[in-house]
Amino acid sequence: MHLCMIMPPALFDAREASKWFFRHGHTAWLGLRFTDQGENWVELELPWRADLVGDSQSGVLASGPIISLMDMASGMAIWQASRTFNPVATLDLRVDYQRPAREGASVRGRVECYRRTRSAAFVRGIAHDGDPGDPVAHVAGVFMTIGADPRKDNPALARAMGNG
Amino acid sequence: MAETILFPAYARSLGITIVGEEAGMPLLSVDFGPNVEGRPAHFHGGATAGLLETAGYAALHTALLAAGRDPQLKPINITVQYLAAGKSQASFALGRITRLGRRNANVSVEAWQDDRTRPIATAVMNILMV
Repeated sequence: MHLCMIMPPALFDAREASKWFFRHGHTAWLGLRFTDQGENWVELELPWRADLVGDSQSGVLASGPIISLMDMASGMAIWQASRTFNPVATLDLRVDYQRPAREGASVRGRVECYRRTRSAAFVRGIAHDGDPGDPVAHVAGVFMTIGADPRKDNPALARAMGNG
Repeated sequence: MAETILFPAYARSLGITIVGEEAGMPLLSVDFGPNVEGRPAHFHGGATAGLLETAGYAALHTALLAAGRDPQLKPINITVQYLAAGKSQASFALGRITRLGRRNANVSVEAWQDDRTRPIATAVMNILMV
């Protein structure tokens, strides 16, 4: 008997998940860390590092890693809100930069999942470098749940979407 | 000339390189590896965004250089559309200047893998020039 048949799936908890989420791959390379969570939001930290700088003169973190930070915090906010670790795919992510992060400053990304439907999840959040009241950036995103695949019910859609 | 573009530390560290030129704009690439991996054997959305953004700036630098301009660039925003999963193979990206104004540039970027006609992600960036 497979384990999942006798054990109820554990409720997703961002703090617990962070213990193994950031050990591998892109998020490990960035050095992401868990900082805080709520009912439907998660905050992660991107520590400052010289090789993540976007402008060598100013010493400010590049915007690429900040997008990664917000993308990861978005996914975790969705799992936190639903309490389940269902795979999601980013459909659309928008970042509005308010100001550069301070020189040598780590950046924190706090994202909330404010709405979930059967196949989509909507998120919004801020990136800040110490004061959440003075954000570095605002983000808004839409994610699709991968589990509920509409192609299984609609072969025409499968052809239109290719094998991705 | 694409070769004169100097990447920021982040882009070099992620492993982004210039592999060619298309329509006068630098063609960028990043190999698949642990640095860019999200869920197993797939690109992390953030790494794909990093490639798109770097290609956007590389295109703008190229256009500004051709126009004899050297302003300081400040990001206003970026919107990334994810179209297909990035698989465990090299990704490519090419930026195109939609409008080069005096104070603002609007740049479109496309990223793909083995099939140029099937992009994995696109981005639109607004960049302030001061």
